[in-house]
Amino acid sequence: MATNAIETDALTLKFGHFTAVNAVSLKIPAGARHAIIGPNGAGKTSLVSALTGSAAATSGRVLVHGRDVTRLPQARRVRQGLARTFQINQLFTGLTVLDNIRMALIERDGVSHVFWRSMGSRRDVTDEAHGLLQLVQLEALAQTPVAALAYGQRRLVEIAIALATRPQVLILDEPAAGVPSVQSELIFERISALPKDMTLLFIEHDMNLVFRFAERISVLVSGAILTEGTPDEIRADERVREVYLGRRGHHAAA
Amino acid sequence: MSNTVDIRIALPLLVLMAAACYLLFPDYLGLLRTIFIVAIFVLSYDLLQGYAGIVSLGHAVFFGLGAYTVAILGGNGVSEPLLTLAAAMLVAGLAAGLLAPIVVVGNDFNRLLVTLGVGFLFHEAANQAHGLTGGADGLSSFSVGSIAGLYEFDFQGHVAFFYTLAGLVLAYLAVWRVSTSPFGLALRGLRENTARMHAVGALVGRHRAMAYVLSGTIAGMAGAMLAQTSNFASLDMLGFERSADVVVMAALGGTGSIPGVIFGASLFTWLKDALSSISPKYWQLGVGLLLMASVFVLPQGLAGLAAAVRRRWRKR
Repeated sequence: MATNAIETDALTLKFGHFTAVNAVSLKIPAGARHAIIGPNGAGKTSLVSALTGSAAATSGRVLVHGRDVTRLPQARRVRQGLARTFQINQLFTGLTVLDNIRMALIERDGVSHVFWRSMGSRRDVTDEAHGLLQLVQLEALAQTPVAALAYGQRRLVEIAIALATRPQVLILDEPAAGVPSVQSELIFERISALPKDMTLLFIEHDMNLVFRFAERISVLVSGAILTEGTPDEIRADERVREVYLGRRGHHAAA
Repeated sequence: MSNTVDIRIALPLLVLMAAACYLLFPDYLGLLRTIFIVAIFVLSYDLLQGYAGIVSLGHAVFFGLGAYTVAILGGNGVSEPLLTLAAAMLVAGLAAGLLAPIVVVGNDFNRLLVTLGVGFLFHEAANQAHGLTGGADGLSSFSVGSIAGLYEFDFQGHVAFFYTLAGLVLAYLAVWRVSTSPFGLALRGLRENTARMHAVGALVGRHRAMAYVLSGTIAGMAGAMLAQTSNFASLDMLGFERSADVVVMAALGGTGSIPGVIFGASLFTWLKDALSSISPKYWQLGVGLLLMASVFVLPQGLAGLAAAVRRRWRKR
């Protein structure tokens, strides 16, 4: 059996006495389009943090293409091909869109320590950045500071920066969060047009989008995996219905 | 969107203004030399705080190390200024490299405390090591040779003026080059959003350490030039007051702007000199009032003021 792009083994993340992620075991094959859903406060973003290393796992293991990365800091995991986007934009708002992308490129190419040559001398970096901006259709805004962009455009910069690290596995934490539904469709269409060999793991609230774009879905409730299956299986699952429909108060409670 | 003036305008302008001062105020060459040296020191600090977003309350440590290196070498027969300058920068850079691991960890508040502690530690060590540093008396009986065997520092300070001006131009070019390099971009990334830097695979600690070493090296250059042109090295060169002054001058000028911080350094140094000659007793009161006022009047420093004026101008 080929190794999975991402595999977790009883991954657990605790904050004090609170267990945010509880013994999650996932197996996500290379090239998958896998969604993680769950009510507010289910631990989805915590799971992303434990996967990417922005929070250190309390116990359990994370493997990326068979390599154990559990003890690696986030930056080292990025260098192993594991990139993420953030639910709340994490951009260099004072810099131009182009520089935001170039930031990721110089780190990936290992030239970010070069202080004796001008940035402009790296035409290759600039060209590649323009190429990535073309991919998310933001090329016209290359010289615009991120602070001047519309919210939906910033979500696309978020994705373009992650792509610039040339990930094998891309984790998208609610890529369309806070974006009007017309635009969120567009964002997901651009995501689904990404190369087929790139493994995509995404968290999304909008069930219509999840059922359209995911091949498999894991349902996270109270930090643990409730069930996993194809969109049809998940749609038919009584327990999932109960989680989403049975407890009306969950949005207010979160 | 850049707050800084094009170097092709700013640098020639700086040299022209220096030349004008040289011709107009021949009696103030000593003050001008001090301004150039302080400006180099502030540039070094701005690389750290203005570009990398690393605060420090102990930056004078590297200034002092540069000064003492020159004085100790000069006392042991090594006195050619360019040679001792290089040695001083090496010593300061190495010290920064050794200190970097404890400075790069933690947050800004940790860094303030750690750098403050390091500053006091070095000050006390220099105070105790009387045999090496002269303790509280400082070092003054060391020789300073002529530059490359050609130019001897003269009593009126003509050579010192051009020597330190050349140093400032070099420091300007160095900081400008770093700020426009891939590393400079990475430093701005650190200042803007450290969480995202981790997420693009940046080794944040390594970036901070390198910024610290580069900054320390340039601070050592400034300290060395002061010892060479004043023939003196003393405890106050690595003391807290000097560390605090550099933070103040960077803020006054506008952190992250090279011309801004040079102006900040010039204004502050000149003002200190002018106020202390008006009132030797109360001059610090004047400096204090000015600083408090500047926070309200110039929140972005002189560079911010200049940018606002430029925007106004364009609107017309």
